[in-house]
Amino acid sequence: MLELHRTSKSYPGVDALRGVSLAVGAGEVLGLVGENGAGKSTLIRVVSGAERPDGGWIELDGEPAAFDSPAEARRRGIAVIHQELSLIPQLSVRENLFLGAGWSRRGLVRRRREEREARRLLGLLEIDIDPGASCFGLSLGARQAVEIAKALALGPRLLILDEPTAALSPREARALLRQVRELAGRGAAAIYVSHRLEEIEAVADRVAVLRDGELVHSIDRRLPAAGGGGLAPLDRDALIEAMVGRRLSAEFPPRLHEELGEPRLEIKGLSAGHRVRDVSFSIRRGEVLGLAGLVGAGRSEVARLVFGAAARDRGEVWLDGRRLDPRSPRQAIAAGICLLPEDRRGHGLVLTESARANFALPNLDRFRRFRGMVDRRREGRAFDRWRGQLDIRLARSGQRVATLSGGNQQKVVIAKWLERGAKVVLCDEPTRGIDVGARYEIHEWIRRMASKGKAVLLISSELEEVLGMSDRVLVMHEGRIRGEIADPAGADPAGVLRIAAGVGPSEEPSVA
Amino acid sequence: MPEETAQPVRGRMRRLLSGLVDLAGRRLSVVVLLLLCLISSAATWREQNPITKRAGAAVARQVLEVCPVPCEVLVVVRDTAVDRAFAAAIERGLAAAGAPIAGRVFGQPRDVRLEFERIARAGGSVDAIATHRIASEWGPVRSAGAPVVAPGSYSWPTFLTPRNLLNVVNQNADIAIIALGMTLVILTAGIDLSVGSLLALAGVIAAVTAQEWFGGAAASPAGLLAAMLLGVAAAALGGLLSGTMVAAFRVPPFVATLGLMMLARGLALILAVGHQRRLVGGGAEGTPEAVRVGAPAFAWLGNGSALGVPNPILLMLFLFVAAHLLMTRTMFGRYVYAVGGNPEAARLSGVPVTAVLLAVYCLCGAFAGLAGIVDASRFEGGRPNAGELYELQVIAAVVVGGASLAGGRGRISGTLIGAMIIAVIQNGLNIAGVASYEQKVVFGALILAAVLLDRLQPKIASRRARMTRGSTSTPVQ
Repeated sequence: MLELHRTSKSYPGVDALRGVSLAVGAGEVLGLVGENGAGKSTLIRVVSGAERPDGGWIELDGEPAAFDSPAEARRRGIAVIHQELSLIPQLSVRENLFLGAGWSRRGLVRRRREEREARRLLGLLEIDIDPGASCFGLSLGARQAVEIAKALALGPRLLILDEPTAALSPREARALLRQVRELAGRGAAAIYVSHRLEEIEAVADRVAVLRDGELVHSIDRRLPAAGGGGLAPLDRDALIEAMVGRRLSAEFPPRLHEELGEPRLEIKGLSAGHRVRDVSFSIRRGEVLGLAGLVGAGRSEVARLVFGAAARDRGEVWLDGRRLDPRSPRQAIAAGICLLPEDRRGHGLVLTESARANFALPNLDRFRRFRGMVDRRREGRAFDRWRGQLDIRLARSGQRVATLSGGNQQKVVIAKWLERGAKVVLCDEPTRGIDVGARYEIHEWIRRMASKGKAVLLISSELEEVLGMSDRVLVMHEGRIRGEIADPAGADPAGVLRIAAGVGPSEEPSVA
Repeated sequence: MPEETAQPVRGRMRRLLSGLVDLAGRRLSVVVLLLLCLISSAATWREQNPITKRAGAAVARQVLEVCPVPCEVLVVVRDTAVDRAFAAAIERGLAAAGAPIAGRVFGQPRDVRLEFERIARAGGSVDAIATHRIASEWGPVRSAGAPVVAPGSYSWPTFLTPRNLLNVVNQNADIAIIALGMTLVILTAGIDLSVGSLLALAGVIAAVTAQEWFGGAAASPAGLLAAMLLGVAAAALGGLLSGTMVAAFRVPPFVATLGLMMLARGLALILAVGHQRRLVGGGAEGTPEAVRVGAPAFAWLGNGSALGVPNPILLMLFLFVAAHLLMTRTMFGRYVYAVGGNPEAARLSGVPVTAVLLAVYCLCGAFAGLAGIVDASRFEGGRPNAGELYELQVIAAVVVGGASLAGGRGRISGTLIGAMIIAVIQNGLNIAGVASYEQKVVFGALILAAVLLDRLQPKIASRRARMTRGSTSTPVQ
């Protein structure tokens, strides 16, 4: 039904999809797996009309299909259930379900008919929600379920599910999987994206593995018709192996020192809601501590809690043997903690300002003359120094930071913290969306900062990076630290991924 | 294929067009201001009849040429301050040459006839009449039989006379001063609707306290200053209140300042009515009239001048320089831009976002209060109805000056130009005789155009950025 032919898509600095050819037939469920950043989301965006591929083409029912918008893809029968929710909270469940596709007679909504239909859909999914209820008060899981019901309401020919069960209860998740199978039984096709391999095993006829934008592995589980059309069991280890791959190990800059010093940052019993639960660790002077885990495991949240950017429920933050417990980033910065945020453009930089102004923002007190006046010459000298050292490429010194490449933007963020002279550096996905050359330079800076006695926390969704750069790695799953890897350089990536995915009992050295 | 040859041409055209729009967008306010001045000048191209000291001196020299000393000269002018200064200049010129003055007329044609009669009765004579162009047209002057000397007229735009220009700026000084505070608020992606009401409240408080606490007509300059400072402080306090709502309780600025707008206006009216009631005594009905201040010195700020420049203009210029320095040279200024551009990134960079927002709204209130003091001083009393709908003119000035309502972008210099644009349009329309209803239409259209440009600018900018990067996709992060 749907065929992708050598489809490619690249963003500045990243080739998100590289010539992927893939087909889904009627009545078939395709499981799609891969590490964070392997290209799964990009593939969904291309298929659903949210992005146009740069190369290759897509066919729907044998005809070339180039969708200009998600609306057009929807008209052709492609429904997508996104990770982000798209419900309008002010409307009722029923109104959301049939938004843009309801029953009406001469412009009037046929409420009874809609209500009946809504009950039927919700019943199929075994969701116990009143169709008249406002979506505002619903739990995240219930909203996710409504989202799914909404996609089913369209009677789609191709249903795309992107991590649909992340917020569902086990019972709701099981009902959803059954519905997907049922939909396939009626001749529709589905693409099911999930980190949870047991779900993939329960639902997928075929499994495709993406890695670095390429299709690297494909398993057809359907037994020959003679066997009664059942599904063969899934070899999870083979799948994980394919996801991680035997990549040529990327070059990482060498360590600049071997000795680690006193504990610098100590975290005790950090908790916030259900996202971070009882997290404790310490980082020594000169140590790079990696934090691995899947998206949503709570790694970024840990960094934000340590930085005082989010509110803690419980837990202590100690710096150099003194209790700090920062209540605001301002306090954390004053004490010597800094953060390279995951969302560089949204959280790291003021895009309306120049690179220099961004650099100066946390350092203005260092360039102060009197009565809050800024010494612009001193500011300029400091900026030029770091600009030279970090090789930040600018057309002019007043250039707006929004116009810089990802690598140069990240260097601006690093420069501002280097000038600050922080003791603890929290790096959240420091090289995401950054090209290879700038990546290496950023890795060098991480090494250099560690060699100066700073404590570095490195969060990365790329196992290779987190294992290659860290002295020690903690693996998080659903808000908890589930494992510690003492020798990351020699560790098996598949084992780390297994802990991160919460698959089976960990064979790695157990929780610290 | 024909399309392929058409593509680069179209691309170049588009680039040229967007470049022009971009340039116009960046320097638009200056271009518009100059254009408006040009239009106003062209529309007010009139014959000018100078009534100045210099013209007076020239007349004196001319009289001496027409009729050498001793020559009895009659000076005829109207009874206005300008005319008297002109006449004085003529007399000084004549006196220097020793020419006797037969008589002077400060008034109307009738007064000229009476003066002739008086001179005739006294047995004197008139050998020449020195006057200006307007009075030279009067019947008694023309029929006098003596040579009439008046300065030559020339054509010049009325708009471009120093008097008119000073007047334009002076009348809009209060708008410009408030626009300074509004610029800070808009830079943080906020809005302040309460400025007009705070202006009135500050004026009324200054007037009432001057009358009731600091001695009324006998108030000392120090007392008047204290009264004025009280007014400004009250307005700043109002700003602090809306700032607290916005910064600490996340109330949308529109709503918070709308509430303060009504609250402050009500307070101003209550205070004014209360004062009137106390003035009349007993249970008499108070009326929301202006609270008059008896002390003459109270009018100094609004009506005085230094070196020929009215005090409100001087105050405005001083505040603009101060605000410009504040925004470009201080930590506070940097913080304001950062908070407006991206509050979360600013917070994560250690900017005290809440404190910055508080200060910004407080400053905006204080600027409105200062404008209120100027207004009260100009009218020699606090008017509880002053400043109605000022917020719209002020916001228009800021937006026309190039500040982005989305926050983070805008300059103090832009706001100065924006305020001047508003002033020049108003003045131009007044001189051209456009009724106030039509003026509203013009202002509305102007604001819409400015906001539209504000919305278009990011699109153009991103298109340009994409062209220079050579990619057509937007990065997803």
